Amino acid sequence: MAEWFSNLKAQFILNFIDDNRWKLLVNGVLLTIRIAFFAVILGVLIGSIVAIIRSTYDKNQETMARRKGFLYYLFSFVNAICKVYLAIIRGTPVVVQLMIMYFIIFASSKNGMLVATLAFGINSGAYVAEILRGGILSIDNGQFEAGRSLGLNYVQTMIYIIIPQVFKNVLPTLLNEFIALLKETSVSGYVGIKDLTKGGDTIRGLTFAPFMPLIAVALLYLMIVLLLTWAAGKVERRLRTSEK
Amino acid sequence: MKSNGEVLIKTEKLYKSFGDIRVLEGISEEIHKGEVVVVIGPSGSGKSTFLRCLNLLEMPTDGKIYFEGVDITDPKTNINSHRQKMGMVFQQFNLFPHMTVLKNMTLAPMKLLKMKKEDAEKKAMDLLRKVGLAERANAYPSQLSGGQKQRIAIVRALCMNPDVMLFDEPTSALDPELVGEVLSVMKNLAAEGMTMIVVTHEMSFARDVADRVIFMYDGVIAESGTPDEMFTNPKNPRTRQFLQSIL
Ligand SMILES: Nc1ncnc2c1ncn2[C@@H]1O[C@H](COP(=O)(O)OP(=O)(O)OP(=O)(O)O)[C@@H](O)[C@H]1O
Ligand SMILES: [Mg+2]
Repeated sequence: MAEWFSNLKAQFILNFIDDNRWKLLVNGVLLTIRIAFFAVILGVLIGSIVAIIRSTYDKNQETMARRKGFLYYLFSFVNAICKVYLAIIRGTPVVVQLMIMYFIIFASSKNGMLVATLAFGINSGAYVAEILRGGILSIDNGQFEAGRSLGLNYVQTMIYIIIPQVFKNVLPTLLNEFIALLKETSVSGYVGIKDLTKGGDTIRGLTFAPFMPLIAVALLYLMIVLLLTWAAGKVERRLRTSEK
Repeated sequence: MKSNGEVLIKTEKLYKSFGDIRVLEGISEEIHKGEVVVVIGPSGSGKSTFLRCLNLLEMPTDGKIYFEGVDITDPKTNINSHRQKMGMVFQQFNLFPHMTVLKNMTLAPMKLLKMKKEDAEKKAMDLLRKVGLAERANAYPSQLSGGQKQRIAIVRALCMNPDVMLFDEPTSALDPELVGEVLSVMKNLAAEGMTMIVVTHEMSFARDVADRVIFMYDGVIAESGTPDEMFTNPKNPRTRQFLQSIL
């Protein structure tokens, strides 16, 4: 028993204390959170724009087609672009997207962090877009009609009546998407970013003792995710009680 | 009879199809200022579609609609400014669930009429008092009964000072014991001289309040006349048949 403990202690010192290897994990956590945080913001931004374009087009296609004109063709074109974007992003693995961004599109860029944030944000945007579009579609058409019948225009109806309800409804799904995104950033190592996963893997490569660093990585991810889930639950309850 | 006033809404040969389904088959009709018109007819005859065409919630396939002299079917017309003058009340109330009663009522006046918050709220509270719901001003729609929701929906539309109110079966989604409170609000509104077009199955309302009753059948107006003419001596056999089936 005592031997087992001292062995454990030796392992711990080897993996985390020697050469300040723990720093690899701490810095990794910070990088992971930073990438995920900015990617989420970018994702919501892109997702909202795409969702609004797509559902505006679907809802107003008939009226716009009737008037024809430049706006209609512009809208059809932008809508088609959005569809292509969604198809490509959702049809290919995120690691591949990340590598294409890093090694091809931004091959001249030295800023791996920025490229990774962009890649994950653009990826997340596609999923957020579909979540939001589903949310918009799920709002009873009577809400649109009530807004429009009062004289609000399409944009005002969206801003004051539809979007607030959509965000309330899809918030749990969105938060899940963010948690998924956080875990997906674990492939950042492919483009040389020293994120949490890469940090653990680096330690493993140095010490040839995989157990401790990899379990530590898993526990760290788990802690962040549990924290986010807890916060999400709190926000959700808050939203629900505000209607009571 | 107030139907000698000026024409408020005029439709000319109004047609509406949904794909291959032909719903309105040429409706030419005039609604006069101050008139209360009740639209009756069997299910699927196009009553809702007709009403919804009047504020362009449905875009007519063909024909023209004039509101206060302006052709609102002209693509160049800005329909939003005209809709402000046409209040609409739906069967399913369609209150905004994420806003309090007061917010439901003040949103459009503040955004569209640029009313100050205090003024909009004062107007809303006055209207709420009139329909006996002042103490529910800060409630959310989910906390209201159906009858209360519909009364709120009516005063929400009234906050915009409309020139005409369109009602699409305002009491059909209500429990029977709640119908009366909504009809009484509508009666008061009629007594104040509001121009109203009401699709309803409440024949007592038609008899007591309507200046004119329109009977729709298969997408056309089969017959129209005073409640007295329509209920005691309908000329069209379809009208007779319909009234027999529901009375
Ligand atoms: N958006 C739509 N798409 C396709 N068909 C429609 C649509 N709206 C209405 N219709 C069809 O048009 C016809 C007339 O519908 P409408 O709702 O105007 O009838 P109504 O007289 O109001 O009937 P009810 O008393 O049942 O409300 C029906 O056959 C209906 O199925
Ligand atoms: Mg109907």
